[in-house]
Amino acid sequence: MKGNRFWAWSALIFGLIYFALPLIGMTEFSFRMRRGEYSFDAYRVVLADPNFRATFSYSVTLAVLTIILSVCLTVPTAYWVRLRMPRWRPVIEFVTLLPLVVPPIVIVFGYIRLYNTSSLLPLTGTITGTNALLVAGYTVLSLPYMYRAVDTGLRAIDVQTLTEAAQSLGAGWFTIMTRIILPNVLVAVLSGAFLTFAIVIGEFVLAALLNRPAFGPYMQLIGANRAYEPAALAVISFGITWACMGLIQLVTRFSQATRASR
Amino acid sequence: MAFLELEHLRKFYGENEVVKDFNLHVEQGEFISFLGPSGCGKTTTLRMVAGFETPTEGVIRIDGRDVSRLRPNARDIGMVFQAYALFPNMTVARNVGFGMKVARRPKAEIEARVAEMLRLIGLPDLGERYPFQLSGGQQQRVALARALAARPKVLLLDEPLSALDAKIRVSLREEIRAIQKSLGITTIYVTHDQEEALSMSDRIVVMNAGVAEQIGDPFAIYGRPATRFVANFVGQLNTLRARLVDPAAGTVDLGGQPVTLGRPIPGPAGREVSLAIRPEAVALGALPGNDVTIEAPVREMNFLGSVIRIKAGLGAELVSLDLFNNAATRPPEVGATVPISFAAADVLVIED
Ligand SMILES: Nc1ncnc2c1ncn2[C@@H]1O[C@H](COP(=O)(O)OP(=O)(O)OP(=O)(O)O)[C@@H](O)[C@H]1O
Ligand SMILES: [Mg+2]
Repeated sequence: MKGNRFWAWSALIFGLIYFALPLIGMTEFSFRMRRGEYSFDAYRVVLADPNFRATFSYSVTLAVLTIILSVCLTVPTAYWVRLRMPRWRPVIEFVTLLPLVVPPIVIVFGYIRLYNTSSLLPLTGTITGTNALLVAGYTVLSLPYMYRAVDTGLRAIDVQTLTEAAQSLGAGWFTIMTRIILPNVLVAVLSGAFLTFAIVIGEFVLAALLNRPAFGPYMQLIGANRAYEPAALAVISFGITWACMGLIQLVTRFSQATRASR
Repeated sequence: MAFLELEHLRKFYGENEVVKDFNLHVEQGEFISFLGPSGCGKTTTLRMVAGFETPTEGVIRIDGRDVSRLRPNARDIGMVFQAYALFPNMTVARNVGFGMKVARRPKAEIEARVAEMLRLIGLPDLGERYPFQLSGGQQQRVALARALAARPKVLLLDEPLSALDAKIRVSLREEIRAIQKSLGITTIYVTHDQEEALSMSDRIVVMNAGVAEQIGDPFAIYGRPATRFVANFVGQLNTLRARLVDPAAGTVDLGGQPVTLGRPIPGPAGREVSLAIRPEAVALGALPGNDVTIEAPVREMNFLGSVIRIKAGLGAELVSLDLFNNAATRPPEVGATVPISFAAADVLVIED
């Protein structure tokens, strides 16, 4: 019993050190821009950089668009699969997991090959087209998380009976989707959305190869040319990711409280 | 022309025919129960009326209009489910008003109707609650109000009470029937609980293996079951084998004692016939009006509260009879031979 606890604690401490030490080191380093004392100078420089603001807001915009597209894609699909094609669920699930297996670099080369300027649909020829392509790519990357989140949300409600109840009251598909299904999986959608947000903000490969001014390539650029600023950037983006995770926790906790007696 | 007509309905799932040539005409305002054992096709038939299943063959007409191929949301029906199926994201009031909102009724009308419906189900103050804040019985009432709020032509209920406990079940079934009567809405009620069906319905459809075995009012179903299945399924029943002695006079030999039913029974003398009689039609001792009295030894006695059920032997068979538990008179001892009596008219001759 005692020995057990010793090993459990050792494992935990080892894990904490393994994860926390580089973080602490990086954070500490990011404060050392001014010689001989700790300061927020690196952060000040980063936040004042117009490129930081431009790329960051660009990525945020794309993240929001990605979330919208992803929701429009996954919610009706997951709903329909649960309602009418339960036998196809494993297949759909497998498909949504593919982005975890196929590297983004393959996806982006596929895109470039399919949509280059000499193709039938020359999306890469215009800025809007390339942006659209980037959103589409991000949506693919978000699929595994988004689909799972939505599917889990749907599991909590009796999709079939609620649909039939709504139908018997005269509702059509659009009403059922927007008034009943979406509101009931909103919490799940939100947790998927925060994950998607975190992914899009930090994504590098797609944005770099499609040559769009996103936050990921900007971080890489700074990292290659400066000393202290990249550390500050990393801390910032890490903070964003953690904030997203925290929001997921919060939203889930909140929804559990309101549905406690179900 | 009846208000709701089901004609020659059939439903196949693959090779499996689960509803077989089902015919039913329901008058406006009538309360019809589908009663039958699990898997007999009650739900399937109801869902065909609702539009959730498409009949393989046959026609469904509501108020003269053929709705067989109409989508569920165009059929003007209200439906109550066993699992309540309230929308968890909406308050009680918004649940009840949903159908009217979908139909784009004016806001004032919706509010007035919702208030009226909540009063009707006896929950006038719970409009702002969410479904998860209600008990099962309350949720089912709200579901009923929701189904009725948009004034549908037909109300369909699929075992609405089977998820509730016994006491609420009884009070709620009375309430449902009262509301149904006050609104005069044509209703189909699916249940496998015979007490529910007998106590609520204008007419009952007893179903077995996809077939409507008998359609009739509760008295007919209980008192004059048309088939052996109905006789056995509805109510307690003594079935006794007897030997036919005189076909013309209807005399049979019941455990060594002659019993005359006073009506001809087909068949040659000496053949075996099955007789059936309800426990409550058999009395202990000779009773005025009971024209058959025989002697039988008491074999078992079961105390059921207000009633004592006695099993008396007739040859090799046992006949159950009910005795009201009356503190002043002592029940007979097990083993004692007692006279039992019944009216010959209450004895059913069942053809196998
Ligand atoms: N979707 C389906 N696919 C195949 N067979 C089905 C389907 N739905 C029902 N059945 C079959 O049809 C028959 C009738 O089912 P139904 O649900 O109508 O019975 P029920 O009378 O409502 O029974 P219960 O009292 O258990 O609800 C059953 O044998 C069932 O297995
Ligand atoms: Mg059923």
